[in-house]
Amino acid sequence: MNEYITLSLILFTIGAVGVLVRRNAIIVFMCIELMLNATNLAFVSFSRQHGNLDGQVAAFFVMVVAAAEVVVGLSIIVSIYRARRTTSVDDSNLLKS
Amino acid sequence: MLDLQWLLIAIPLASGALLLVWGKESDRFGHLIGTAASAASFVLGVIFFINLLGKDGEDRSHAVSLFTWIDAGTFHVEMSFVYDQLSALFVLLITGVGTLIHVYSIGYMEHDERRRRFFAFLNIFIAAMLTLVLAGDYLVLFLGWEGVGLASYLLIGFWQHKPSAAAAAKKAFVVNRVGDIGMALAIMLMFAQFGTSAIAAVNAAAPGATDTVTTSLGLLLLLGACGKSAQVPLQSWLLDAMEGPTPVSALIHAATMVTAGVYLVVRSNAIFDASEAARTAVIVVGLVTLLAGAWIGCAKDDIKKALAGSTMSQIGYMMLAAGLGPAGYAFAIFHLITHGFFKANMFLGAGSVMHGMDDDVDMRHYGGLRTMMPVTFVTFGLGYLAIIGVPPFAGFWSKDKIIEAAFGQNFWVGAGALLGAGVTAFYMTRLMIMTFLSEKRWREDVHPHESPRVMTWPLIGLAALSALGGILLLGDWIVEWLEPVVGHAEHHELAVPAIVLTLIITAVVALGVAGAALFYRREPIAAETPADSSVSLLARAGRHELYGNELNEAVVVRPTRHLTRFLVWLDGMGIDGFVTGLADRLGDTSQFLRKPQTGYVRSYALTMFAGVAIVVLCLLAVTLA
Repeated sequence: MNEYITLSLILFTIGAVGVLVRRNAIIVFMCIELMLNATNLAFVSFSRQHGNLDGQVAAFFVMVVAAAEVVVGLSIIVSIYRARRTTSVDDSNLLKS
Repeated sequence: MLDLQWLLIAIPLASGALLLVWGKESDRFGHLIGTAASAASFVLGVIFFINLLGKDGEDRSHAVSLFTWIDAGTFHVEMSFVYDQLSALFVLLITGVGTLIHVYSIGYMEHDERRRRFFAFLNIFIAAMLTLVLAGDYLVLFLGWEGVGLASYLLIGFWQHKPSAAAAAKKAFVVNRVGDIGMALAIMLMFAQFGTSAIAAVNAAAPGATDTVTTSLGLLLLLGACGKSAQVPLQSWLLDAMEGPTPVSALIHAATMVTAGVYLVVRSNAIFDASEAARTAVIVVGLVTLLAGAWIGCAKDDIKKALAGSTMSQIGYMMLAAGLGPAGYAFAIFHLITHGFFKANMFLGAGSVMHGMDDDVDMRHYGGLRTMMPVTFVTFGLGYLAIIGVPPFAGFWSKDKIIEAAFGQNFWVGAGALLGAGVTAFYMTRLMIMTFLSEKRWREDVHPHESPRVMTWPLIGLAALSALGGILLLGDWIVEWLEPVVGHAEHHELAVPAIVLTLIITAVVALGVAGAALFYRREPIAAETPADSSVSLLARAGRHELYGNELNEAVVVRPTRHLTRFLVWLDGMGIDGFVTGLADRLGDTSQFLRKPQTGYVRSYALTMFAGVAIVVLCLLAVTLA
C-alpha cells in the first residue's frame, strides 16, 4: 500500500516542481495534470485501504474537472500563442506594470 | 410731522442708489440729482428744525419707530429714530455743509469721468451720517457708523488707480475696524447688562449700573470714538485719508464724519457722567490729540495734511470738552459746529487753490496767491481768523468756552488747551503766509486762476458761517437748547474772571501769529522742502507724524506679521507635516507591499504553494499534538 502513496507523492512533487520552475506554458500544464493524477492515485489508494468507494468517487470528480480545465486552459494558451507568438508564462506579465 | 424724519435719510439714500444703477445717460445730470437730494434733505431739516423751535423744551425730543428690526427672544431691536435738539443741530450741519460741498463738487469734479459715481457716494455718505445722528438705538447708530466708514473708504480710494489712494483707503478702513471692535463690544455689553441697546433706555439705566460697567462701557465707546475721530492712538489714518478728492476731505474728514466720535460721547452722556475714570480717559485722549495734531500741523508742507493735522487737533478740543462732563458737552457740540463751518471752508479753499495750481499740494510751490485768487483768499482768510480764535469770529467763541471750561476742571488741562490755541495760531499763520502771502514761488508753466463760480459760492457761504457762527452762543442759546439732552451744568468759579482769561487766550493767539510771522517773513521761503537733517528735531518729528506709523509698525504690524509667519510655519510643519507624512508613510508601505507583485505566474504559484504547505503543516501540528 505504501508504495502507491510513495509513488503518488513522487509524482506530485515532480508536478509541483515542474509548475514552479518551467516557463513553457504547455509543460506547466502537463505538470498540473501530473499533480492531479498523483492525487487521483492517492484517492484510489486510500479508497482501497479503507474499503469504501468515497475516494474513487472523488477521483472521478477530479477527472471531470481536469478534462474541463484542459479545454479551457489549452484554449487560453492557444489564444495567447496566437496573440503573442510565445508560450512562455513569464512573458504574460502585463498586469504588473 | 416729525414722524417723517426718516425721509431725511431716505432721500439721499434713494438718490445714491439711483445714481449707482442708472446708466451712462445720467452722466450729464447725475450730479444735479445728487445735489438736489442733499438740498431736499436740508430743506426738510430746516422745516423740522422750525417745527422743533415751536415746541416747549420738554416736547422737543421726538422718537419714531419704523419697524421691528430684530426680534428673537429677549433680543429686541427697533429700527428707531430720535429727532431731538442734538440731532437737529447735526442734521442742519450735515445737510447744510453737505449741500454746499455737493455744489462745490460739481465744479471740482467737472473733468472727472466718474463724477456721477462720486455724487452717488456722497449721497450715501449723507444718508449714513444722518442715520448715525438720528438713531434711537445703538445698533441703528452702529449701522450709520459702519455706513459712513464704508462711504469714507469708497471716497478716500475714489482715485483708485493711484496705489497711494487705494492704500490710504485700506488703511482708514483697517484702523477704523479697531475702533469698531470697541463699539461692537460696548453694544454687546449693553445687551448683557441692561437687556437693551435703545439709547434712551441705556442712558436711563446707566446711573444705576455699577462703576465697573459704566467705566468699561465708557472706555469701549471711547475706543470707537478714537477710531472714527482719528484720536490718539488711532489717529494714523486721517493724514493718509487726504489722498481722497478735496471735497471729501472737507465733508467727511473735517466737518462731519470725524466728529462722530464726539457725537457718540455726548449722546452717551449718562454713561460718562456715571464714570469719572472714563471721563478722565476722554480728557487725556483729547488733550494728547489736540497737541499732537497741532504739532503735526506745524511741520507739514502738504496743505491738505497741514489742515488734517489741524482737524485732529480741533477734534481733540471737542473730545476734551466732551470729557469735562455737563460743563463741556454743549461747548463740544458748539465747537463741532463752528469747526464744521470753518474747516470745511478752508478745505474747500485748499481745493480751490489746488484747482488753480494743477493739483499741486505742496505749499512751498505756492506763495502770493492773494492777487490771483481773491475770493479764495478772502474766504480762506475768514476761516483762518475763525480757527485761530480772533474775536468776533466763530472759533473765538467756541474755543474760548472750551478753554475756560478746561481751566474749571484742572489747571494743567486748561494750560494744555491754551498752549494748543497758541500753536494753532502759529501753524495756521504759517499756512496763510506760505500760500497766500509771501513772494510767488510757482513754476512758469503754472497759471494760477480763480475757480469758477460754482466753487466760489459755497466758499462764500461757508465763510459767512465761519464769521457769524458765534451767534449760536448769543444769550447762551446753544447751552440752553442742549440742556434737556446733555443735562444741566453747574457753573465753575474760576480763579480769574472770565474776561481776563479771554484776554490771556487772545494774547496767546496773538503770540502764535506773531511767532509765525517773524519766523516765516524773516527770510524767503525755500521752494523745496528742506532735508530732514537741516530742520530741528521738533519739525522732523512733526513731519513724520510723531512717528505714529512707525509705532504702529513696531507695536502692531510687525508682531502680527511674526505671529502669522509662525502660524503659517506651524500649519506647514505641524499640521500639513502630519497629514502629508501620514500619506507618505502609507505610500511607502504600499511601495513595499507591491514588491511581491512580480507578474510572474511562477512566483504566484510558489506563494500559493508555500501558503498551502504552511497551512498543512499547521494542521498536522495541531492534530498530532
